[in-house]
Amino acid sequence: MSASLPLYPRNRYHDVLLIPGSIDLPAAQRVPRPVTSPRGDRLALRGVSVGPLQDVSLVIEPGEIVCISGESGSGKSRLLRAIADLDPHAGEVEIGADARAAVAAHCWRGWVMLVPAESSWWGDTVIEHFLEPVPGSFAAFGLKEESLEWQVSRLSSGEKQRLAVLRALSHEPRALLLDEPTANLDPELTREVEAWLRDYARRERLPVLWVAHDRAQIERVGDRHFAIRGARLEAQPCRTA
Amino acid sequence: MSDGLIDLAWWQLAIGAALVVALAVVTHLGRLGLSRDLLVAATRMVIQLAIIGLVLEALFSVAAFHWVALMAVIMLLLAGREVMSRQKRRMTGGWAFAIGTVSMFISSFAVTIFALVVVIGPAPWYTPQYAIPLLGMLLGNTMTGVALGMDRLTDSAWRQRQVIEGRLMLGMSWSQAIGDLRRDAMRSGMIPIINGMAAAGVVSLPGMMTGQILAGSPPALAVKYQVLVFFLIAVGTGFGTVAAVLAASRRLFDERQRLRLERIGGAVGS
Repeated sequence: MSASLPLYPRNRYHDVLLIPGSIDLPAAQRVPRPVTSPRGDRLALRGVSVGPLQDVSLVIEPGEIVCISGESGSGKSRLLRAIADLDPHAGEVEIGADARAAVAAHCWRGWVMLVPAESSWWGDTVIEHFLEPVPGSFAAFGLKEESLEWQVSRLSSGEKQRLAVLRALSHEPRALLLDEPTANLDPELTREVEAWLRDYARRERLPVLWVAHDRAQIERVGDRHFAIRGARLEAQPCRTA
Repeated sequence: MSDGLIDLAWWQLAIGAALVVALAVVTHLGRLGLSRDLLVAATRMVIQLAIIGLVLEALFSVAAFHWVALMAVIMLLLAGREVMSRQKRRMTGGWAFAIGTVSMFISSFAVTIFALVVVIGPAPWYTPQYAIPLLGMLLGNTMTGVALGMDRLTDSAWRQRQVIEGRLMLGMSWSQAIGDLRRDAMRSGMIPIINGMAAAGVVSLPGMMTGQILAGSPPALAVKYQVLVFFLIAVGTGFGTVAAVLAASRRLFDERQRLRLERIGGAVGS
């Protein structure tokens, strides 16, 4: 982890101004964090209703990976968007002792970070979107830290997907919502990314909600697994036989 | 009529109209599909200007404050409607009209009253010969800026939804997430008046100055008025555009800073 990386200037107060500062694109900046317990936070959903899903309650313990599967259109992505408070929905979500309703929306999304299936990039180079990368994460994802200097326009879809996860981790979220994070990766890379994310979640005691299609992947990474059946989540065994 | 002013007879206008009809025939033969629009627009222009001529004559002869104020409000509402109709994707629930009208009210009215009271100083300050033309020029230009700015903002927000939401997901505030789109929208609203000032006198002779010279004013006085009007228009358009784009961008997000694109209607007329 090199502290000498030419990170984009951060100014966490410039959103206070009506018209943000003199730079043209918003710079990546860390959302201020409360003093958190070293034992991590649990992510708790209480009666969340969005789209077809009704009254979903679920507690994800620190360091736990909960997998969610379901047909396309069953509301997996909408559930993640609701938890990140990007869509209107009913119900309450808490991270540790902080209730979503009591936290400014942008802080909440900085804490409970969603990595969507399709990431968006606005700067010219990758590094404009990053804070300090998590040490060792680039190697584990089959990338070098030089890729921070790459032009966004030249990234492949697989590179974008991996960099989107790394970008989210560089913001040090308190919980992670992953929407099919390995969909564009080859099997070998998928295994490596899975294994590293699993270790990372355990080590940092990060609750993770992971939308996955592949049964084998769910077996490998999931501590618990729920399938969407109509309006509710149905617990599934993670390991078959 | 003042000395040196040549009156225009009706038959002289008819010659001009005949030329427009000739143009309509040519566009019809060229299958541009414009002849109907051209004739309708020309007819509308004649009728609207004739009516406004009558209204102004009546207004000038009365010169009472409440009539001037009523006229100003009607002009403002028509400008608000025009701003709304120039949006490709309108904000729903009357917001396109409300934001456009309020921001034009703030900028155009404030600048006009300021110019009347502080700079020009007719007595009384609302003398319609000064107030109505000034307000008209300000509203006309502010309207263009506000309409361009709001149209650009809503359209780019619609197209760049993923980018805006991507920024929100990384913990940025709504203001940062839409910051560059907002600046672009403000720029596109203000560029026409900036270009207009830069080209004035070199590429084009401004209409008001031309009119004043035709009406027999000495060119030096006409130039002074034109300079003042350009300043006022620039200020009015600038503040109007900034206010409209700020209000519209705030309206795109709700109290939880979620991007609410359903507050913009679908594309109109495309």
